[in-house]
Amino acid sequence: MTGILKIAFKLLVNDKGKFAALLMGILFAVFLMVMMTSMFAGILKRASATVLNVGAQVWVMDPAVNNVVSSIPMPDYVLDAARSIPGVNYAVPLYSGAALVKLHDGTYQAVTVLGLDDATLFGRPPLLEGRIEDIYAENAFLVVKDSEFAKLGNPRIGSEFEINDHRGTIVGIARANTSGLFGIPTLYTTYSRAVTYIPSTRFTAAYILIEPKSPAALPRIRAEVAKLGYEALTHDEFIQKISHFYTYETGLGTNVLLMTIISFVVGLSISGQTFYTFILENLEKFGALKAIGARGRELVVMILFQAGFTALTAYGLGVGLATLMITLARMRLPDYAAEVTYFNLGLAFVMVLIIAAVSSLIGIRKVTRIEPFDIFRG
Amino acid sequence: MATALQAVSLSKWFGEGEARTYAVHDVSFEARFGEMLYIVGPSGSGKTTLLSMISGILRPNAGQVVVEGQDLWQLPDDDIARFRLHKVGFVFQDYHLFPRLTTAENVAIPLILQQRSWNEALQVATQYLEIVGLQGKQALPPVKLSGGEQQRVAIARAIASQPDILIFDEPTASLDGDTGKRIVSFVKEKILNDHRCILIVTHDSRIFEFADRILQMEDGQIHGLVSGRNP
Ligand SMILES: Nc1ncnc2c1ncn2[C@@H]1O[C@H](COP(=O)(O)OP(=O)(O)OP(=O)(O)O)[C@@H](O)[C@H]1O
Ligand SMILES: [Mg+2]
Repeated sequence: MTGILKIAFKLLVNDKGKFAALLMGILFAVFLMVMMTSMFAGILKRASATVLNVGAQVWVMDPAVNNVVSSIPMPDYVLDAARSIPGVNYAVPLYSGAALVKLHDGTYQAVTVLGLDDATLFGRPPLLEGRIEDIYAENAFLVVKDSEFAKLGNPRIGSEFEINDHRGTIVGIARANTSGLFGIPTLYTTYSRAVTYIPSTRFTAAYILIEPKSPAALPRIRAEVAKLGYEALTHDEFIQKISHFYTYETGLGTNVLLMTIISFVVGLSISGQTFYTFILENLEKFGALKAIGARGRELVVMILFQAGFTALTAYGLGVGLATLMITLARMRLPDYAAEVTYFNLGLAFVMVLIIAAVSSLIGIRKVTRIEPFDIFRG
Repeated sequence: MATALQAVSLSKWFGEGEARTYAVHDVSFEARFGEMLYIVGPSGSGKTTLLSMISGILRPNAGQVVVEGQDLWQLPDDDIARFRLHKVGFVFQDYHLFPRLTTAENVAIPLILQQRSWNEALQVATQYLEIVGLQGKQALPPVKLSGGEQQRVAIARAIASQPDILIFDEPTASLDGDTGKRIVSFVKEKILNDHRCILIVTHDSRIFEFADRILQMEDGQIHGLVSGRNP
């Protein structure tokens, strides 16, 4: 069996022009599919940046909230009520708001400000530099070192700025798991300072973060919060809700899905077509093999091998090319949001397998039906 | 001489009803071990059709091909494929070599289909290339060879699996007179033996001298023996 695979291999790759044409079709499709879905995965991840970075187990919010930025502040009684739900270890407010920062050189920069509960600092980020206690010092802010960090002029500990006519001082530099989607830097401070420095509506708690005593307490917490007219979501559920919003309610997901399907269809037709041409051009060879004594099943194995080998090689090249492009783009554009996930690779792989299967099916139908006699009659 | 193969009332037609035309009509003959049997006839008389039926390539509409006491076309498809692979060597009218493989790989194909290892198949193929006088050419692609040399590669491929029955369809059609004669005389001297039967289809009267018997074919029928002893 390995001998005929070797023959199949040589028949395939020794015709370099045709082999390259075969690879191109699938490579193109894989490249587009991986780029599209990676871009989308990157956007989704960034859309949930705050949830990923704060890392609380349960988030309470207004049911109308569908992304992190457009939070709807809740009245104080919700916090009190949350604290008294059985099974709640503790519940703290999280401030999330937008502000304008005036930098040393006189330029303005929009920022997201997250205010951590004064007593517990729950949801605080890991620090690269500085001490967390310094957040209680006068005008103290932590800056997040994400891809937007440079927009604040690469501040250091002690750097000063103006925020809504208040002074601000950087006392620590925080690590971020994920940068945000909107390209604006993030500052942390205490809840009380955030509320004083940033003009707010009557209600100020964007989210209430809950630490349940045990996972078993979750259904109860959910039910009690729902009674208040609010929604309690786990970390994962909140990310899913945000993803759902961007995927289905903004047109973003539909477009990416459409483009992915188009890449797939285009790739399928190009490679199906080229593989079919390849089979047609080699029909005489398959006929000769049949006449010499190859059984139908051996010809099928040869075609499956040729289609499979082409598809896997093109898949590897396509993924490599997409990764290279994303890496290069990241070097030039820190905000470039694409992210190659295993799911995307798996999706592209499944699609490539379908392309290979369809292509070989067409070839197999053709080859098993040839009558060597029709070829040799001349 | 023992019978290598027997055609009994073989017929092949194309089209149905009014449009039915016979390519081969009720043909019977016998091929024997140790002989070089010619089938001659004008273009379109059904020679290639007949060869294809007796070599297990084309299924007849009627009649039998009897080999070793068995009707070939009653066998399951896999056994017919095995017959083609082990018992018959076919040298096609246009050779049908694989341009993307080396000459040795071309000759090795039937051996590889017989499940021999790649290296062994290539080694045996190289020996057969030597037998047909192509030593040193095993690594070349067929296009680098002359027409006569390509013909020899096709012969080497046909005999590499040591078939009992060797079939040539117009072996000299695309060769000049001298080369054609040299090849056929070589086949008669070196390839023919008492355990082998060689069937040659040709219009080329310059090679008639090598025939043991010549069957005349016309309009799908065998009209008789032109030379040699009666069947
Ligand atoms: N698939 C087919 N459909 C219809 N007619 C066919 C088919 N195959 C062969 N024929 C007819 O059968 C007849 C015999 O053809 P065949 O190729 O066997 O002739 P031949 O003697 O080998 O001719 P040549 O010397 O030109 O090679 C021809 O008239 C041909 O047109
Ligand atoms: Mg013919």
